Amino acid sequence: MTATVSASAEMSGDPVAPASATPLIEAVHAGRVLGGTVPVTLVKDATFAVGRGEFVAITGPSGSGKSSLLYLLGLLDPPTSGEIRIAGRETASLDDDARAALRLATLGFVFQFHFLLPEFSALANVMIPMRRLGRRTEAEMRARAEEILAALGLADHGHKRPDQLSGGQRQRVAVARALANDPPVILADEPTGSLDSKSTGQVFDILDGLVRRDGRTVIAVTHDLDLAARMQRRIHLVDGLIVSDRPASEPVRTGPLL
Amino acid sequence: MIRLLVDLALTHIAGRGRQTVVSVLGVALGVGFSIAMAALMQGSQNDLIDTIVKEYPHVSVSVDTRKPRPQPASAVYDVADYSGLRPRDDRRGILNPAAVEAALRTWVPGRVSGTLGLQATARYGGSDVGVSVVGIDPDRYAAVSPLPGNMVQGRVDDLKATASRVVIGDGVAETLGAAVGSTITVSSSEGVSLRFRVVGVFNSGVSAEDDQLVYMLLKNAQTLAAQPSAINAIRLSLDDPYAADAVADRIEGTFGLDAKSWQEANQSLLEAIFVRNVIMYTVVGAILLVAGFGIFNIVSTITHEKARDIAILKSLGFRSADMRRLFLMEGLAMGTVGSVLGWGLGFALTMLLGSIRFEVKAEVEMTHLPVVVDWTHYALAALFAMGSAAVAGYLPARRAASLNPVDIIRGAT
Repeated sequence: MTATVSASAEMSGDPVAPASATPLIEAVHAGRVLGGTVPVTLVKDATFAVGRGEFVAITGPSGSGKSSLLYLLGLLDPPTSGEIRIAGRETASLDDDARAALRLATLGFVFQFHFLLPEFSALANVMIPMRRLGRRTEAEMRARAEEILAALGLADHGHKRPDQLSGGQRQRVAVARALANDPPVILADEPTGSLDSKSTGQVFDILDGLVRRDGRTVIAVTHDLDLAARMQRRIHLVDGLIVSDRPASEPVRTGPLL
Repeated sequence: MIRLLVDLALTHIAGRGRQTVVSVLGVALGVGFSIAMAALMQGSQNDLIDTIVKEYPHVSVSVDTRKPRPQPASAVYDVADYSGLRPRDDRRGILNPAAVEAALRTWVPGRVSGTLGLQATARYGGSDVGVSVVGIDPDRYAAVSPLPGNMVQGRVDDLKATASRVVIGDGVAETLGAAVGSTITVSSSEGVSLRFRVVGVFNSGVSAEDDQLVYMLLKNAQTLAAQPSAINAIRLSLDDPYAADAVADRIEGTFGLDAKSWQEANQSLLEAIFVRNVIMYTVVGAILLVAGFGIFNIVSTITHEKARDIAILKSLGFRSADMRRLFLMEGLAMGTVGSVLGWGLGFALTMLLGSIRFEVKAEVEMTHLPVVVDWTHYALAALFAMGSAAVAGYLPARRAASLNPVDIIRGAT
């Protein structure tokens, strides 16, 4: 299963128009501690940079802070220490609205569960981010949503509601929604975690295609060692700390993966 | 963007169909009943004020308010007290009535008619009844009073034909057993008795008048009162009844007479109406507030149910303000639909109430419930309902907007 969804020239209008030398997304001593009577450290001192066209796996045991790190990178959760930079731009000083705007145009999210709005058709779900951004006419949005769905093998399923689709199809619609505003970065949290092996392969191929053919950056949290091995780079966490950051083909030398 | 929020809002509302219907009906009933209640209240108020304005003089000028003139003995002798002297009759009344009436006609924006009222006894066929005699100039009085329209037999003008004629209330006629053509005797406290032929019977709808009043020519009343040329009241009908206060003030200031506007004469009644309106609007407000709780309940439920959707929309780049707007819109949508349905219900109820006919024998006879269709009632009810809906939607909307998507997504996965 392959898919080609081109990153259009509209990218030039996005907040992110990085120079080749600038990392697309960067964590600088980023940490996240949950407050309370007993503070809980989710992520400690994470420092790494991801460039355009990279396919990065974030791995680690359960509770190691993989998803928390992804949420920090996706500006869904603010770091309690350090900072996150998007295309060289620091984000700590941005208010919620500015972070939401950056997220809308620059980042696409795929979660373990599809999280599609159940009352809307697949096509309408894909159009939601575009309608929020408001840069296209209704007809243009519809055409683009159909184009993305077709590229992901869902040309005949646009009119269906999520409950009329299989698990794999729903997750592909979720990927289509993440691509709606043509973001340069896709953040995926266990995107194949709830899929069977066939659907897992399909979704992985789509993400791989986004990197190889479109030059997008994909950062995916995964438990699946085989999938992680097929990516370009693996960042491994244990207890919130990055213990390994190396090409995916190399084995993780520090601590257990699961 | 707004269209997207509208789509989302309608989808959420449609997803809670039965609850939505109940909440909307709550608003509709609140708006409908408040409109009907306001229509009834306003109608009865207007009816009452119309009756007052139509039946009663807009300004009543009565005897001068000055103190009794000193007795001649008091003026001559500087003593603490005196006895054995017969006091001189001090006829209270409007001094120089012709001049006062003429002066009033020069500037009063309306019509003026002087009258003389006195208490007397009417007799016919062995029946006696205490009556209030009103001496009038038929032409002038007809212009300041609803009497011509209240005649059930004969005409007010019939008084003018010869000197000894009266027009009596139907209550007086019934008590005496007299009818048009009967000759009754009217005796005053001055000991003067005159015979009058009944040439007309009126029914004003006000029992107190119909059972007591006897109209006759002014000069006849003056004879009965033994007060030639006297009048003790002036009745004014104004082009603008609401100018009565100003006219009354000017009359008091100019002539030193006691002038009362219809508002002043009915002050306690008008105050009671005001208090009644305050009570009504408080009750209506409470009804709509309760309706607002229904909306709060459903929007609150939706925000709980759709917490995951809120989280995902925020993760996609929706702002907190978008979420606030979304749920506020849901509250307002229910408020709007409820208000529109309430308008229809309120109109139907108003028409229904207005169509109910019955009779009450009271001071004023009614044949149907007085209602009024006033669009300000509709606007006010909708405004209050929308305000209530906005608050009811805003509170859960604010909570929804403050949701941290990460908390929801973690919980969902």
